Amino acid sequence: MNAIIFSAVLGVLLMFSGILFSKKSAITATAVVSLLALLLVNIAESYGWFTINVDTKNLLSFGRFGLFFNSILISATLIFVLLSGKEIENTGVNTAEYYALIMFVLCGISILTAFNGLLMLFLGIEIMSIPLYILTGADKRNLKSNEAALKYFLMGAFSTGIMLMGIALIYGATGSFDLVSGTNKPGSAGLEIPSFLKSAGYILLFAAMCFKVSAAPFHFWTPDVYDGAPSVFTSFMATIVKAAGFFAFIHLFESNAALLGPSWKILVSFVTVATLVAGNITAVFQRSIKRMLAYSSIAQAGFMLLALFANNDLAREGIILYAVAYCMATIGFFAVLIKVKDYTFEGFNGLAKKDPLLAFSATIFLLSLAGIPLTAGFFAKYYMLASVIKSGGALWLVITAVLFAAISVYYYFKVIQAMYFKEGSPEVAAGSAMYRNLLVLLAGLVVLVGVLPSIVLNWFYF
Amino acid sequence: MLVLLLLLIPLITGLGVFAFKNDRQVKTISLVSATATTIIALLLVFNKATIIYDASWLPSLGARFTLRADGMAKILCLLTAIAYPLIFVTIHDRNYKSSATFYGLMLLTQVGLMGVFLAADALLFYFFWELALIPVYFLCSIWGGEKRISVTFKFFIYTFVGSLLMLTGLLYLYFHTVDQSFAWESFKAISLNGKEQAAIFALLFIAFAIKMPIFPFHTWQPDAYEQSPTAVTMVLSAIMVKMGIYAVLRWLIPVVPMAASQHAHMVITLSVIGMVYASLIAIKQDDVKRLIAYSSIAHIGLMSAAMFTNNTAATSGVMIQMFNHGINVLGLWIVAEVIEQQLGTRKLSELGGLAQKAPAMAILLVVLSLANIALPLTNAFVGEFLMFNGLFQYNVWMMAVAGTSIILAAVYTLNMVQKVIYGELNTITANAIDISGNVKLVLVLIVLMIVAFGIFPQYLIELVK
Repeated sequence: MNAIIFSAVLGVLLMFSGILFSKKSAITATAVVSLLALLLVNIAESYGWFTINVDTKNLLSFGRFGLFFNSILISATLIFVLLSGKEIENTGVNTAEYYALIMFVLCGISILTAFNGLLMLFLGIEIMSIPLYILTGADKRNLKSNEAALKYFLMGAFSTGIMLMGIALIYGATGSFDLVSGTNKPGSAGLEIPSFLKSAGYILLFAAMCFKVSAAPFHFWTPDVYDGAPSVFTSFMATIVKAAGFFAFIHLFESNAALLGPSWKILVSFVTVATLVAGNITAVFQRSIKRMLAYSSIAQAGFMLLALFANNDLAREGIILYAVAYCMATIGFFAVLIKVKDYTFEGFNGLAKKDPLLAFSATIFLLSLAGIPLTAGFFAKYYMLASVIKSGGALWLVITAVLFAAISVYYYFKVIQAMYFKEGSPEVAAGSAMYRNLLVLLAGLVVLVGVLPSIVLNWFYF
Repeated sequence: MLVLLLLLIPLITGLGVFAFKNDRQVKTISLVSATATTIIALLLVFNKATIIYDASWLPSLGARFTLRADGMAKILCLLTAIAYPLIFVTIHDRNYKSSATFYGLMLLTQVGLMGVFLAADALLFYFFWELALIPVYFLCSIWGGEKRISVTFKFFIYTFVGSLLMLTGLLYLYFHTVDQSFAWESFKAISLNGKEQAAIFALLFIAFAIKMPIFPFHTWQPDAYEQSPTAVTMVLSAIMVKMGIYAVLRWLIPVVPMAASQHAHMVITLSVIGMVYASLIAIKQDDVKRLIAYSSIAHIGLMSAAMFTNNTAATSGVMIQMFNHGINVLGLWIVAEVIEQQLGTRKLSELGGLAQKAPAMAILLVVLSLANIALPLTNAFVGEFLMFNGLFQYNVWMMAVAGTSIILAAVYTLNMVQKVIYGELNTITANAIDISGNVKLVLVLIVLMIVAFGIFPQYLIELVK
């Protein structure tokens, strides 16, 4: 509960910081302090030191797993702001508002990591999504940014409609918003309401969630929105928000999967394979790195969907690790990308000569995204594959995923090739000393988690 | 502890050397490190017992940091350890741009190679398998020839696909162990039914076959050997291809014995096709590097055929041949490197008459070539004899077809010798000079090993027993 209340209050406070401070760097500093405070109260709750108790009528439940995941996402946001705060300041005029919106997104995320019923799921998704529509359009004089925001909003609203429809059907079938609603409740006249209604409801809910995590065939908005949005906010959307979406997705279906019977596995494996195909194959043909990353984020979603397919303990541990690895690598790489003027692959030519440190960190992040051993990304993928094999059968799905992972190497390594093996003199903005130190630290963390993933997982078990 | 040093010395120096700017210092440190590793490896070889080092690594995954130095591991560690100082001495006079990075990456590759040969835990094995690949990718892409970027990328993606399939197989095996562990012993104790074994065999074998490489997975190899800087080619063909063979002997045949014997016929057929095919192509080559590359495919083909014959003598033949082939091919690459450095060409049609200008090199090259044909009294003879013998017991016709590769090997090797060192001098070779101190020392050492192990093969055979 702490995080939900604090993020809402801090969000409002941050909005007013725009009036208090005239200097933008002061606003960023306030945001960093707020995020630290938010992280602290969330950790305090997970250790049971300090909790604000509100009777939520069992609509929310704060388990260790959810709180831990929330801490990870708040930390990721903190790293994101520390690394890219300068860029947020440069994006538009309303710096304070952007931070406030990010805080509201975190409020939505805090609900999503704790929801215990469909109603709260809906609220969380909406609270998370609406600030994002605004952030996408933050660069308001840029036509592409406007287009992206409008597209995102319309598509998002559409998927929200589908989600509501699903929830309504489920409510009609069971008479409750509970996550686990065992048998169908008899209607008022004692008539059995057909379970078809409930299955249809869950399938609509499934489609809406697929939209939120940009799983194929509901992924078409992703490249345009990620490409059009200001790069800093793309980095935020593609990592933290997506990870939260996945958490909600898995939490929603971990207890309901059985209700849908064997067709459930077929459905999920179809979506997984479609997502892997759509993401990886299209990413290969991109000429802009930013757009490539948009497709690669679809591809990564395909891998995360394996956790949904496996639906066991290993999958839940794995999704934590995946969120950590994916967030660190993508936030890090975006932080490098923003510094480079030209977003095409040619724009990275010769970066290793020009700025070895930037290129080296970027290489570590890319290796992690590709899932090469000794980086965090390897264990993330490892857990996903292991969880599917553990759930029995489905070796074909693992082999498919693995082959697409090999394809992903192609487009990630193209960036490395440009940086190290090709000649050129790219235009790079020099970052502050803190930016550079943080970047190296983050790269170091990626390697550390890659050698000893238990560091992250032990936190989970204490 | 001694085993751990084999990894620690190159790891520490490999990372440390990045910090140095001075080329001379870099070279000295690398050479000292490589020599120290050799001494450790020799100490290990003289110790007859199997040495095991075990430490906790990832308890929640059932993976431990287990190293196991038995005969087969020792002989390959010895090969790795001997090859590195020889390579470093050979390239001592050459100046690679940003040499700190070059030597650092070379040493890190050595860590990976040693790790692959020593690991007795499947996840650890996978880690080292990849660790050996990544530095090589950078080495070839930065310092390689004209087409280096695309060729190396092909090589990388090829092997990466293989290793991911291998990972899938290893994961599957892990969940079928009794004690949920990645340990080699647990893997050997798994009992799977025929269908499962066949699936696992396919997943693992593709990875190993790409690495060796066996026909038809070999297409990356000649290009990669040609385009890589020669020092890296030496590592690739003398040591790295042995990873594939070694992995079959350690991780495939003991773990899925039933599938291995079921598929033996297919593998042997492919290998024999590869031997003859590669030998025929080698005859047609004009480029010395490509010629050695195809000759290497033919030799590897024999090893891969022999290890599936399920014959103990043939298997020990494979093990000692891994070592001897490494030494011989290293020598051939060194000669190729010297010729290219000096004359700027590798084309047989542009060379000739070097015996007049460089008599020492000519003599050493002849010995190397004889070893490449596996003549008696050279080190390669014993191994090839054992392997052909195993193949003969398995199937006479296979042996007959494979046997033609011996004749073909003589054709292309002697043809190369003839065109390089005999014949008339031409404008390119007229200014050639004989090999100098460093390279001469290395080649003499290699030739001594060839003769020594040719006359006294029992030391190697006893080691791998």
